[in-house]
Amino acid sequence: MGCEPLPPGRRELVHVHQVEVSLGGRTVLRDVDFRVAEGEFVGLIGTNGSGKTTLLRAILGLQATTAGEVVVDGREGRRGGPVGYVPQRVTFDHDVPVRVADFVALGVDGTRFGLARRGRGVRQRVDEVLDSLELGDLAGRRIGALSGGEQQRVLMAHALASRPRLLLLDEPLANLDLPRVHDTVAVLDRVRRAEGVAVLLSAHEIGPLVPVMDRVVYIAHGAVACGTTEEVVRPEVLSALYGHHVDVLNVHGRVVVVEGEPGDPGAHPEVVVR
Amino acid sequence: MFAPFMANAWLAGTLVAMVSGAVGLFVVLRHRAFAAHAIPNGAFAGAAGATLVGASSLLGLVVFAVASALGVAALGRRRNDVVTALALVTMLALGAALLAASGAYEPTIDALLFGELLGVARGEVVALALLVVGAGVALALLFRPLLYSSLSEEVAAARGVAVRALDATFLVLVAVSAALAVPVVGALLTFALTVGPPAAARMLTRGPARALALAVVLSLACVWAAIASAFWSGWPIGFFVGAYAAAEYVAARAATSWGESRARP
Amino acid sequence: MRWLVEPGFFTNPVVGTALVLGAVVAVVSAAVGVVVVVRGQSFAGHALTDVAMAGGAGASLLGASPLLGFLLAGVVGGGSIEAAGAERVRDRDVATGVVLGAAAGLTALFLYFVSSSTSATGSTQSVLFGSVFTVSPSVVPLGVAVAAATLVALLVVRRPLLLSSLSPELAAARGVRPRAMGLVFVLVLAASVALSALVIGAILSTALLVGPASAALRVSRGLVGATLGAIAAGVAAVELGILASYDSFYWSAAHRSVPVSACVVAVVLVEVATSAAWARWGRGRG
Repeated sequence: MGCEPLPPGRRELVHVHQVEVSLGGRTVLRDVDFRVAEGEFVGLIGTNGSGKTTLLRAILGLQATTAGEVVVDGREGRRGGPVGYVPQRVTFDHDVPVRVADFVALGVDGTRFGLARRGRGVRQRVDEVLDSLELGDLAGRRIGALSGGEQQRVLMAHALASRPRLLLLDEPLANLDLPRVHDTVAVLDRVRRAEGVAVLLSAHEIGPLVPVMDRVVYIAHGAVACGTTEEVVRPEVLSALYGHHVDVLNVHGRVVVVEGEPGDPGAHPEVVVR
Repeated sequence: MFAPFMANAWLAGTLVAMVSGAVGLFVVLRHRAFAAHAIPNGAFAGAAGATLVGASSLLGLVVFAVASALGVAALGRRRNDVVTALALVTMLALGAALLAASGAYEPTIDALLFGELLGVARGEVVALALLVVGAGVALALLFRPLLYSSLSEEVAAARGVAVRALDATFLVLVAVSAALAVPVVGALLTFALTVGPPAAARMLTRGPARALALAVVLSLACVWAAIASAFWSGWPIGFFVGAYAAAEYVAARAATSWGESRARP
Repeated sequence: MRWLVEPGFFTNPVVGTALVLGAVVAVVSAAVGVVVVVRGQSFAGHALTDVAMAGGAGASLLGASPLLGFLLAGVVGGGSIEAAGAERVRDRDVATGVVLGAAAGLTALFLYFVSSSTSATGSTQSVLFGSVFTVSPSVVPLGVAVAAATLVALLVVRRPLLLSSLSPELAAARGVRPRAMGLVFVLVLAASVALSALVIGAILSTALLVGPASAALRVSRGLVGATLGAIAAGVAAVELGILASYDSFYWSAAHRSVPVSACVVAVVLVEVATSAAWARWGRGRG
């Protein structure tokens, strides 16, 4: 399955054009080519070590490409574009004297020189973003004292603060329990509609994203293929993706993805689509 | 204590404390303690070299400290502890050899290592003040990007902060601050002043601006108290700087763990 | 030979003591140093030297043997760094730094007392930068005994120590207690720092600890090979350093010799640079 052009009527925001990346003599990405439209929610699905993080870093301009190019919002990819980034893990020191609101504000003016006081615009934007991610209560807390899940939400608020056109999230659903996974996905979907921001989110399981995703990019052994959810959430496609047998069932109007053969010791039912 | 000959000591001590406090906060936030320990030793070698060739010791201090900082920046990208340790020891050995070659007397060596109340000559205060103003302006300009990249280098780089250039610039600031501090508090104690008060300030405050202000205040308190104690006792100022810096850190740590234990009964 | 070794080198008893003690110390430092580098504890190793320095200064104030002062302070300081840092790992840098600063302050005070209460000069030089030429032969038996004890202790705990350096969880699962290991290792480290402080001075002993070890680890693959290589490099550095310092007295016009410690550090640096170049050349070809 090739990468079809963008959904009709949508403007292109990102074009990853025949990108190749080698790290230490090993080709991590080869001939990766896909587009993301404005306001689109795209899932980047792949197992650990498939090259997801490298691809996100290439889009951010943090990873040099050995061939091809990344175009973001009409300009060849470089750092500091209209992109918000939520890395998989940031370890904050327990004692760091920075409050949640301070950190979110750095998302707007962290690159700016000088000590000028923050204008009202910045402070209003910080409050707005914190409220929309249901973090208003944490604004005055020290960032190092929060739990891992709270810190991740704060990283999302920080990434959104500068009103980016594209939000990149690296494995935001790893290490969350199932209710929090669904909650996070729902919040992201709500925020992207409210802010009109495109979302490119990496994950190793497709299930939780199916309700909100416009399209899927899947990545294996450094190469990608993509399509709409309707095209991808099918037994033969998912079986090829996971490398073993997968069933897609329709139960009471919800799609349920079941991995593994019946009687497989590792078999467990997976998730859930309306 | 406030006799005219002490004016230089107070003035120089105040300038040194302000820069050390402010730069030190970022040393602590950026986990560059080992580098901040190595760079003053480079300054020591510079002062020793200046003694040998008869040049201005401030010039020797600044040139060697900046060279050490750039060396650490170039070699230490991957947190190479072994390289930092060897660079540090090399600078100390070089300093010792240069002092031996110049036939310097023991008080000269002691002053460079452990500080000297009257270590700054009258003519040097102006140069010192200019360096302090320069460092202050640089720090004010870089405040937000420095803070940002201390929290997450990756995120800051993605937003367009030039993290490598910023890190090298920061180490040069550490070098300037070390060059100023070495003649007053000594090569071996500069590090205590750089790390102790800011580490205490970091524990006691919530926001970055207040942490910066408190770091400067605690650093001033440490240096002023050390100058006064050294004046009254006649003991070396380095001892008091080390002792007061450690005391501030221990007190802040005790206060926070007391507060935490009260917060969750 | 005549142009390389100035007269009296082999017959001078001071030089003889220096050569013997230097070799013993180099063996211990190199063997311990390999573990320090593998465990990534260069900063802790260096902090101990500053603490040992305070002990040396205190000993010279009381007129006690400097080796005892180095040892006692190293053990106390190492134990407290281990205790303070184990609590909160991320604070380790800062805690180590504060202990180190306080120790340097104490050194300043003790040395001030030494120079103001006695007419003795040169105590800063001998405590900080050391001079193996001034070590009295009576220290040698004690030094050798401490060295032997340190080596035996290192041999006994070698396996569990390395396992807990490479993977604390794995070691704990196998019944090794990482904190006990940390403490034992800090004591071994303190003893080796004390010994090398005697030869090249307290603040320079880091060179003898991590220099030969890191050079050998670059070149050799196995740990046994690296340890043997480090021992060879360490002994060579000390003996060549002593020779160079001795010769420099005759070579310089003013008859002012280059301090032994500076010579030893210089040889160590050459070894490290050579090994780095060797490793890079080998990688470029392979």
